[in-house]
Amino acid sequence: MSNDARNAVPIVPVTDFETVEKSEQFQRLKKRHRGFVFPLAVAFLLWYFAYVLLADYAHDFMSTRVFGNINVGLLLGLGQFVTTFAITTWYVSYANRKLDPLAEEIRDDLARGVK
Amino acid sequence: MSPLATAVETTTVGTPWLNITIFGAFVAVTLVIVLRASRNNKTAADYYAAGRSFTGPQNGTAIAGDYLSAASFLGICGAIAINGYDGFLYSIGFLVAWLVALLLVAELMRNTGKFTMADVLSFRLSQRPVRVAAATTTLVVCFFYLLAQMAGAGGLVSLLLGINDRVGQSVVVAVVGAIMIIYVLIGGMKGTTWVQIIKAALLISGAAVMTVWVLAIHGFNLSDLLGAAAETGGAAVLDPGLQYGLTDLSRLDFISLALALVLGTAGLPHVLMRFYTVPTAKEARRSVVWAIWLIGLFYLFTLVLGYGAGALIGADAIKAAPGGVNSAAPLLAFELGGPVLLGIISAVAFATILAVVAGLTITAATSFSHDVYASVIKKDKTEPGAEVRVARITVVVIGIVAIIGGIGVQGQNVAFLVALAFAVAASANLPTILYSLFWRRFTTRGALWSMYGGLSSAIILIAFSPVVSGSETAMIQGVDFHWFPLNNPGIISIPLGFLLGWLGTITSRTLENPAIAAEMEVRSLTGHGAEGATPH
Repeated sequence: MSNDARNAVPIVPVTDFETVEKSEQFQRLKKRHRGFVFPLAVAFLLWYFAYVLLADYAHDFMSTRVFGNINVGLLLGLGQFVTTFAITTWYVSYANRKLDPLAEEIRDDLARGVK
Repeated sequence: MSPLATAVETTTVGTPWLNITIFGAFVAVTLVIVLRASRNNKTAADYYAAGRSFTGPQNGTAIAGDYLSAASFLGICGAIAINGYDGFLYSIGFLVAWLVALLLVAELMRNTGKFTMADVLSFRLSQRPVRVAAATTTLVVCFFYLLAQMAGAGGLVSLLLGINDRVGQSVVVAVVGAIMIIYVLIGGMKGTTWVQIIKAALLISGAAVMTVWVLAIHGFNLSDLLGAAAETGGAAVLDPGLQYGLTDLSRLDFISLALALVLGTAGLPHVLMRFYTVPTAKEARRSVVWAIWLIGLFYLFTLVLGYGAGALIGADAIKAAPGGVNSAAPLLAFELGGPVLLGIISAVAFATILAVVAGLTITAATSFSHDVYASVIKKDKTEPGAEVRVARITVVVIGIVAIIGGIGVQGQNVAFLVALAFAVAASANLPTILYSLFWRRFTTRGALWSMYGGLSSAIILIAFSPVVSGSETAMIQGVDFHWFPLNNPGIISIPLGFLLGWLGTITSRTLENPAIAAEMEVRSLTGHGAEGATPH
């Protein structure tokens, strides 16, 4: 029953996490992670809200027919799907290549008790 | 359109017994699977997190099953059929929101928590107050979401089973609630997950078949389909503005909704809890990727289905049918494949409600027993097995509350409850989640101000908005005490939640323990010490 009803906070940290946190290796991981996800998050939110504002306030522009019955609004809306799928794929490949190996190294060191 | 005309006249479509049989088959099959899956439910990790034994693709499918509620399936198809482009805007918000979960929340949450959102939020802050606050927001979000689903169940019943009287509908709501209680009680998270996986597979493949069908009718040419929809519903259905473009206020309302949709998903407790059913953060990432592809694909289907319903059935016929806007997808199924396809799609819609309600119930029960009972009341000194026992009792209590509430809200305009649940999640949960994961200085006071401030502002604004009183479709008719002009509180309450979190933090004199903050940061990024799968 070791899993039962225990709280997420460990009793006494055996590892000196502050040292680990300051280590060059961990700082590199943190920088890589935040350096990737923060700009991307800002970018997709800006693009989403730009789209929302256009759909909300630029009806004429969005209603412009591009070909057949397909208008700008529909293309931009489908564009949101495309960018969402693209960002997902991009992040996964980045995380697999750049984040996971580094995280694994640090985790292995921690498991072995190397500071 | 001749079969439909007769169908509408008799106020029910298809053959009720066929609908019931198909739904009954779904319940029977899933119940057997739940029973088989539940044999290993021993520990809390088994009951709450399915022993963390699901793979990324399995969990991703279950997330899609959890997320694609009746509101998305019936609601979005109907919204596109009637309001055209503006209905499409919903699905975009619902989808893009997943990027917040993927990039900022899923893996870090998986690495630092065990069962609930409160595990992560209270990691480096004061345990008890933060846990109580997080459990409160979790229960509130689940409750609103639950009521909306139960109300949807009643509406669906009148359409599909031809049961129009209140007593009959109440009986059906009670039956749905009782089946759900059995699933969750016996199956725990494992059983619930399997129900969601099966349901997602049925829902997405059903929608895929109908999508291909509709496209085939229009020569696999999207432009022709749009043309046909414009012919039946007027050219305006292709352009934005039909629903939200009427006044300046409705435009502002749309921004508010868009904000709540995109920021709400990553704060929905029943979505967050799903990340704990996989063994590692990498699997959590894979789950979100699967979920994004499945959900995205499904919303592309709804675009075709919505316009297809608009073209083949017409907005007026949909509005006139029992179930109103929500009947667009079932009516389209009937138009395409007759009573059999209608029966299948209706059973899927029922299964959808059942699965989502089960997911919400186990989340709420876990939050109560793990955060409130075990951590706060018993101060982490529970006897082995007691926590899961409390969780099971909570499941029954929540199930009964959902049934009573569901019967109470029949016929009410409660569609706003889902939007409200998203607004509460975005204003009360997301700021604290992001601050605790990314802002070292964040303090207990910041968390409490943000959670309670976001929660209460969202609820107060809704209570005094036109959806509750003072409009034609308001919940309470005959009185008018509204002073907040918008239907969705997000535009005020979400920034307020973020602001209060910041304000509470910078005014705190006591700083949190830097050692635990360092530990949380290291763990969240590396996965060190994260709970793995339980061996069986």
